[in-house]
Amino acid sequence: MKTDPLPYERLTYLENFGHSLRRAAYLYRPTSAGQISEVFKIARHNDFKVTLRGAGRSYNDAALNGGGLVIDLQDMNHILDWNPETGIIKAEPGVNLQTLWQRVLPDGWWPPVVSGTMFTTLGGCLGMNIHGKNNFRMGPIGEHVLEFTALLPTGAEVTCSPTHNGDLFYSMISGMGMLGVFISITLQMKKMHSGLLEVTAFPVRTLHEHLAAIEEQAPQNDYTVGWLDAMAGGGGLGRGQIHAAKYLREGEDPEPQKTMQVAYQTLPEKMFGFFPKSSIHYFMTPFQIAPLWGLVNTAKYVASLRSGLYRQSHAAFHFLLDYVPNWELAYGRGGLIQYQSFLPRETAEAAWAELLALSLRRGLPSYLGVTKRHRPDKFLLSHAVDGFSLAMDFRVTAGSREKLRAMLQEFDQIVTAAGGRFYFAKNSETMPEVALKFLGQPVVERFKALKRRTDPNNLLESDLYRRVFGSL
Amino acid sequence: MSPLNLPASTPLRPLRTAIVVGASSGIGEALVRRLAREGYLVAAVARRRELLDELCAQVNAVCGETRARPYAHDVTDYASAPLLLKQIVQEFGALDLFVYNSGIQIPVAVDEFDFAKDLAMYETNLLGALAWLNPVAAMFQALQAGQIVGISSVAGDRGRVGAPAYNTSKAAFSAYLEALRNRLTRRGVTVTTIKPGFVDTAILRSAGAKKTFWVIDPDQAAAGIWQAIKTRRQTAYVPGQWALLMLIIRHIPSFIFRRLSF
Repeated sequence: MKTDPLPYERLTYLENFGHSLRRAAYLYRPTSAGQISEVFKIARHNDFKVTLRGAGRSYNDAALNGGGLVIDLQDMNHILDWNPETGIIKAEPGVNLQTLWQRVLPDGWWPPVVSGTMFTTLGGCLGMNIHGKNNFRMGPIGEHVLEFTALLPTGAEVTCSPTHNGDLFYSMISGMGMLGVFISITLQMKKMHSGLLEVTAFPVRTLHEHLAAIEEQAPQNDYTVGWLDAMAGGGGLGRGQIHAAKYLREGEDPEPQKTMQVAYQTLPEKMFGFFPKSSIHYFMTPFQIAPLWGLVNTAKYVASLRSGLYRQSHAAFHFLLDYVPNWELAYGRGGLIQYQSFLPRETAEAAWAELLALSLRRGLPSYLGVTKRHRPDKFLLSHAVDGFSLAMDFRVTAGSREKLRAMLQEFDQIVTAAGGRFYFAKNSETMPEVALKFLGQPVVERFKALKRRTDPNNLLESDLYRRVFGSL
Repeated sequence: MSPLNLPASTPLRPLRTAIVVGASSGIGEALVRRLAREGYLVAAVARRRELLDELCAQVNAVCGETRARPYAHDVTDYASAPLLLKQIVQEFGALDLFVYNSGIQIPVAVDEFDFAKDLAMYETNLLGALAWLNPVAAMFQALQAGQIVGISSVAGDRGRVGAPAYNTSKAAFSAYLEALRNRLTRRGVTVTTIKPGFVDTAILRSAGAKKTFWVIDPDQAAAGIWQAIKTRRQTAYVPGQWALLMLIIRHIPSFIFRRLSF
């Protein structure tokens, strides 16, 4: 008897980051390009679609493929080459940022762009073209890719750089994994003179002050990020705290060899010297109802009123949330979603004032707001603007789903009317017409044309792709 | 949007999915309507294509989007059941609920012994169920989640003079469901056995039963079944008063039961 190429043992529920959506898929974990080709063959023969998945850290359906095949690339996790002289590293797509920084920092380098978690894989980082708290200065991660090799669904392997196969370079990076699979990625690291950053923290009282402070701090710092208390209304609308950080210059850190060690970067395993960190999210759960979380935000704001200047390790500054393992579980059974909007500097304040006020009026406040400064980039499905972004976390409950959905649709109207954009690793409810509005017809056409070229049979499709681009 | 024009499943609109086998009429049809109304995307599986098409068109018109899709299939075509299951899961992207509702009752006289009739009832009521439930169980076991609902019958609780093979097919189905439950509970899967009493469907009419009582219409049956699904019951009599009556009937001693005419 012919063996079933898709046995149910492979069928697995996969989730988004935030645990608010799960979809069943046949899961494969190849360790080589040859094995990826095999999975493509199985999918073609059985008429299934394939989605690429890294660490599964997208907040939406980017790495989900209900009923289809999912290729989890986390087992392709070898660093292929590292040159501590030039800071050039070549790695497989399943290498995550943790492996990356821990490899390069002791030699005096740091990834030029990192996400807010170090568990994202390089393949995922390129697919979504992630940005960090330094987007205004360093652009997205794609700008630090010297070259990559990719396997296309056609079976062809292509090598791309900004000057060679440039059209594929600028579209596969940001292409949501819909054009091909990164097989190896070559990145330029940034030279460091210390394992520490000089961090300035100070409060801002209003939305106007908030955005003005980010805009003012950005040019003088290497990183700038704001925390926004999205539960404060009235005169306190948009209040929060700004963190700006600078690299230390040569000589400013008396012991760079020590501070650049991995052990020095890592935060303690226990909180208050007693509770294991893995248990912290249990303590957070009871606070996850609006009135109590409002108190938490207020306490945080009051604590932030004391400005500070201090030195902090890179890992602690960038990956704070990773030190509360499974923090997202604190949001309870319904999980969480994130709504992030990118707005031009001219329209951001008015549009966000509207969003924040609307969420408070609807009784659906965001529990966590994060602001950043951005600049545009050349990648095809770019989310960046010359302006700011505001990421808002929302708790999902059975009772709030429909109300929240209706509100986010109103948000989309406000943001697109203000010339804003969205990020395909974040928003989960974006409708095709909204994507069309911010990307523009020519970009969608170009993306589709490239897809016809690299993937003529539409082998690569994710739930995200079908939801947003399926009907465009 | 998928090529099938199915609504997207998102965190704020997670789509629950169900398969109802035996969906063209009676309890199955009512259950398709009910599940669609409760927000499920339903695969309506049955032999009679035109009835399914009409049902799905009506459901989708009421819901304003695709909530039911027709799949023509004969449950006695055992080999095609696992393939159709795979196809539906591929198209729907998940499966939360599986309902086996197909069932026939062919009237037999109290002194009639007809193997052809018995075999036909076995094929639809039991063998078709096994052909579907084995792969469904394998799938839910792998996913460590899911709910299986078998529409058995109060008729399976005792063997009676009027319907030996029908009684046996339902008794065997109930026993199979119990075994499945014992296998799958530890894997996070719920198996619900539904035992309807008299429901005003083609079966009841064709069975030519004269002494009927507590007769409910298919919509009421679907409401009772939905309640059992929602509360993840193990076994549910529909309507509930049958539980008490069947408790009594199950305990009628044989020396009396032999002399009864129903």
